Amino acid sequence: MVGTKTKSKTGQIIAHAILMLGTISVVFPFVWMILTSFKPLSEIYEFSVFPKHWTLDNFKFLLERTYFVRWFGNSVILAVIVTISELFFNSLIAYALAKMKFPGRNLIFILILSTLMVPTEMLVIPWYKLASQFGWIDTYWGIIFPGLMSGFGVFLLRQFMLGIPNDLIDAARIDGMSEFGIFWRVVLPQVKNALSALAVLVFLGNWNAYLWPVIAINSDKLRTLPVGISLFSAADDGQQWTLIMAASTLAVIPVIIVFFIFQRRIIEGISITGMK
Amino acid sequence: MEKKPFWTLQRKQAAVAYLFLLIPLIFFLAIRIYPALDAFKTSFQVKGSQPFYYHYQAMLSDKVFSKALINTILYVVITVPLQMLIGLGLALLIQSLNKGRGIYRFIYFIPYVTSAVAVSWIWRWMYFKDLGVFNEILKFFGIPAQPFLTHPSQALISIAAVIIWQAVGFNMLIFLAGLEAIPKLYYEASAIDGANRRRTFFHITLPLLNPTIVFLAVTGVINSLQTFTQVLNMAGAQGGPLNSTKSLVVYIYNKAFLNFNMPYGAAMTVVLFLLILMITIIQIKFLSRSYEHS
Repeated sequence: MVGTKTKSKTGQIIAHAILMLGTISVVFPFVWMILTSFKPLSEIYEFSVFPKHWTLDNFKFLLERTYFVRWFGNSVILAVIVTISELFFNSLIAYALAKMKFPGRNLIFILILSTLMVPTEMLVIPWYKLASQFGWIDTYWGIIFPGLMSGFGVFLLRQFMLGIPNDLIDAARIDGMSEFGIFWRVVLPQVKNALSALAVLVFLGNWNAYLWPVIAINSDKLRTLPVGISLFSAADDGQQWTLIMAASTLAVIPVIIVFFIFQRRIIEGISITGMK
Repeated sequence: MEKKPFWTLQRKQAAVAYLFLLIPLIFFLAIRIYPALDAFKTSFQVKGSQPFYYHYQAMLSDKVFSKALINTILYVVITVPLQMLIGLGLALLIQSLNKGRGIYRFIYFIPYVTSAVAVSWIWRWMYFKDLGVFNEILKFFGIPAQPFLTHPSQALISIAAVIIWQAVGFNMLIFLAGLEAIPKLYYEASAIDGANRRRTFFHITLPLLNPTIVFLAVTGVINSLQTFTQVLNMAGAQGGPLNSTKSLVVYIYNKAFLNFNMPYGAAMTVVLFLLILMITIIQIKFLSRSYEHS
């Protein structure tokens, strides 16, 4: 079990056996979620594995009688906007810090880096006060404004940009290219991997974001998917588990599908950030 | 005498840089730095003749606060080592395979990308005392039904299990990356030296994984000190039963946004911040080791 390939066949079989057993513990909760979501409410009062009467009623209810579709849409819109914003601004900042010379460069870098130390929890109360003052509570802007740029993104991209040879950039400068032009056409293509890694992390983080959205949103229509499911499930006094599981199914399956399609990129992206 | 132009190339570049950084700096100051200071200020907001440290003093005699603190530390101590150990074990197993690495990597990572909210409700359903599938399975083996989330002695561990379940995939992935980064040279050299598997693991693999271990430990602890989503969705805003699952952030959320006692909430966030800072510094100091590549 040292990390080199085991040559022996028994070793391989044992490894596969253990891993397959583990797979059951990973897959089982999702299978159970799906099975429950196809049962009519009456069936869960008596235990059974498979539904006796497969039904789509739970899904119909969610899609037609709740704002589920809006929650999903809100999450998509917000995650996309924030991801684009972070990619653009973080890389611009990183470029200035990595490849441009100006007084105060190190100071600004340290300032931005120091923001990493402060946990979100400490900021949500001031953010709430700020947003209330400006009437941003219960608006799209109110949900996304804290996440438009991040010290982490700046740090990551700067590290990658430092590795770009200066000759490339100096040559472009001599050619008379504007700094923005250099940033957009020379530097960005060179850090494509870092950008897609950051995109994955930011998108995922925003898709699953919970603490700030639950504070910043009041009305049902505006909820993001996690907030919507959470409040819907908790509010239900008799807790209709078939509905709750159906909601979870609709939330989880698209993500798994997207993950399956993009798995190489996603896995590479997350591994890169771990290494740096 | 030649007059030097004002806009030298250097100055032009600096001007453009400042232009690029103008909006970002305003952002960071307004959204990250000023609010951090404001949190401190809010924590000193007192009424009438109370001293400015009133809220901090209140924390010391607040029994719920101490329970939340203890619970949070329990979450850290239970989840981080286990998720790292299991993640490492999985990574080693997967790396040793000749075929099928990609499939297992994909499967084990799925819990990490799925919504913590959805996962919390799925497990809450499985833990359900009367109709949940876990108790049905136990019944099948003649074991009495367990209260899981409904009893103070089992609730926290039940939630910790879910946190670990989701986090293992991430740890596995990062360990896999760390393992791949170890040059095969070291393994070959150690094989020539006649070292057996155990020695190779403890004297070569583990030390070279040190940066990975530090990274996972530090980020794991920081994340787990902030436990919130799983508790809120599996045990409710009260962190029941009997505050047995209440984490610091849940209590802060309670006080600040449900009881509208923002100054007290702010004071607790300051304490949380200092806690995270302190523990991170200690961790980095004690865990980091540099190894000579001789």
